[in-house]
Amino acid sequence: MEWIDLLSSAAFWVAVLRLATPLILGTLGVLLCERAGVLNLGIEGIMAAGAFTGWLVVYLGAPLYVGVLAAAVAGMMFGLLHAVLTVPLGLSQHVSGLGVTLLATSLSYFAYRVTFPSVNTPPTITPFAEMSFLKGIPVIGPVLGGQTVMTLIALIAVPVMAWILNRTPLGLAIRMVGEDPAAAEGQGLSVTKLRMGAIIAGSALMGVAGSFLTLAAFNAFFFNMVNGRGWVCVALVVFASWRPGKALLGALIFAFFDALQLRLQQGSASLPGLPELPYQVYLMLPYLLSILALVIMARRAAYPQALMKPYRKGER
Amino acid sequence: MNVYLERRTEASRTALLLAPLAAIGFTLLVCALLVAWAGAPVGRTYALLFDGAFGSRFALSETLLRATPLMLTGLACAVAFRARFYNIGAEGQLYLGALAAVAVGGLHDGVGLDLPIPVLFAGMMLAAALAGALFLLIPALLKTRLGVDEVVTTLLGNFIVLLFVSMMLDGVMKDPTAMGWPQSVALNPDLEFGKLIAKTRIHTGLLWAAGLAVGLWLMNRYSVFGLQMRAVGANAHASRFLGLPVTRVMLGTAMLSGALAGLAGAIEVAGRTSYVTLDMSPGYGYTGVVVAMLAGLHPLGVVVASVFVAGMLVGADSMSRAISVPNYIADVIVAASLLSMLVATLFAQYRLRRKQV
Repeated sequence: MEWIDLLSSAAFWVAVLRLATPLILGTLGVLLCERAGVLNLGIEGIMAAGAFTGWLVVYLGAPLYVGVLAAAVAGMMFGLLHAVLTVPLGLSQHVSGLGVTLLATSLSYFAYRVTFPSVNTPPTITPFAEMSFLKGIPVIGPVLGGQTVMTLIALIAVPVMAWILNRTPLGLAIRMVGEDPAAAEGQGLSVTKLRMGAIIAGSALMGVAGSFLTLAAFNAFFFNMVNGRGWVCVALVVFASWRPGKALLGALIFAFFDALQLRLQQGSASLPGLPELPYQVYLMLPYLLSILALVIMARRAAYPQALMKPYRKGER
Repeated sequence: MNVYLERRTEASRTALLLAPLAAIGFTLLVCALLVAWAGAPVGRTYALLFDGAFGSRFALSETLLRATPLMLTGLACAVAFRARFYNIGAEGQLYLGALAAVAVGGLHDGVGLDLPIPVLFAGMMLAAALAGALFLLIPALLKTRLGVDEVVTTLLGNFIVLLFVSMMLDGVMKDPTAMGWPQSVALNPDLEFGKLIAKTRIHTGLLWAAGLAVGLWLMNRYSVFGLQMRAVGANAHASRFLGLPVTRVMLGTAMLSGALAGLAGAIEVAGRTSYVTLDMSPGYGYTGVVVAMLAGLHPLGVVVASVFVAGMLVGADSMSRAISVPNYIADVIVAASLLSMLVATLFAQYRLRRKQV
């Protein structure tokens, strides 16, 4: 296969956009939490919980969009837990987030095993259909037509998030509690409410990101199906310098390499200029790229000034 | 809300000691709801769980076997967390340690390296410790030089290491006799740990782990480096003003932490598995975080906490064979006790106050 064939094939770009979708949603979720000054390492587990809840609700007979809503609610519950622990109680955001991930993951697995005590092949659902009516649009049609409605939602969420953060009073307030909570408090804003709200809303997005895996990408729930995607989102936020537009770009670049990696791994194709390597090297690429992105951006990163600093009134 | 948190002038020792017990008690109470949801009698489930963990000679020996790697990953996390270096990569360091141990002490093409056994043994342990230490040095340097958050880099490192191990098990470290099963060459049998108690699987690795815990405690209390580590963890900014070599202490702590997790891998190979496989650790690295937090980051506390956590994991396995509660309940208990412990420690240090209006 030649590079030109690969890069001009609609199927490849369909795969890129599909792989990018959970990353876009997850990264926006982390971004919202961090803009308000709170790191949310619960994402890895919240995605698992969203994937499971969304799938279970649909399996029990609800329509697909109800599954997505259920995943968002599941995300909000775990977000509330993380919010209570890190905002009013001011506990370590690292450890609390990790705890939420462990709890959400193990609860999902436990609940899966309770509902399906003895299945060897995972039960399946009918996932979201492709939006083939969009195929007619020139240029982007063949790529967009291969996606589900969830990808469209993710793509729309990017400008919406940017607009909320940069153009509304609410967004200004969220950014303010992430930069200087004491000053925000002085302006009469409630740091606690704003931070908790941002974490809960961000966690809802993470839950939806997880549900994409079971309701659009696959049609069943597997153990370990999130497989580090949540951590990748946390890295992508730094790469994006906490900007929604750049987050989309980061997710797409990342998904490009992930799709390339999948092609190369499927073995048949080897591209000119690329050496024959064990497939594990290609699987490592996404994680190595995340670290590389962190390293490149670290110097220039415009961290929200109050990120990871709990705020207790009257305490310095 | 008209309540707020006020820092106690002095956190009471009793409260700090009672915190883990309160956390575990609360967790078991909450998890009782899950057991009831699974449709099992709560009392009998917990009885089976504790019986399967500590109730017989066999149960206790299996728990101690499982506690051995957890003790080491718990120490790895405790040491690092004390200095506010959040090493979440113990899982990867464990696998690298195991791989290094087999690289030095394995039977490649049926023969081991031609060295006296004591030398080879020392080499094996050293290689494992170095592998873990050097691997963690990368995120540590990225943090001290460039300010890259170590949590994300160590977490992503775990995935990279697992793929690397898988590559090695397909490649140079492949066991040709394993019929395609992904497994490394075997460790030289002369290097394996002896059994500590006859007719059990407990091996002398337990003594290594407990000994290292005591050693770390002594180092913390009586050595200059221990003092520096505590100072940097308590307030890095102030330590820098005092003229302490903060960066060096941070890097030293990271290497110590990585070495401990690497040793966990070597001890698992030499004490239990004899090979490196891709499923040799069911998340010991991540569970080590919980062990360290339950122990209040105290090295001796880690010994106790690791036995408790191992007991939950072993007990749940045996319980789920007898009653219809999935063994994932153990993971829920472990995760929930981490969060409860965070809150319990907070209330040992702070009190709730009503606002005076």
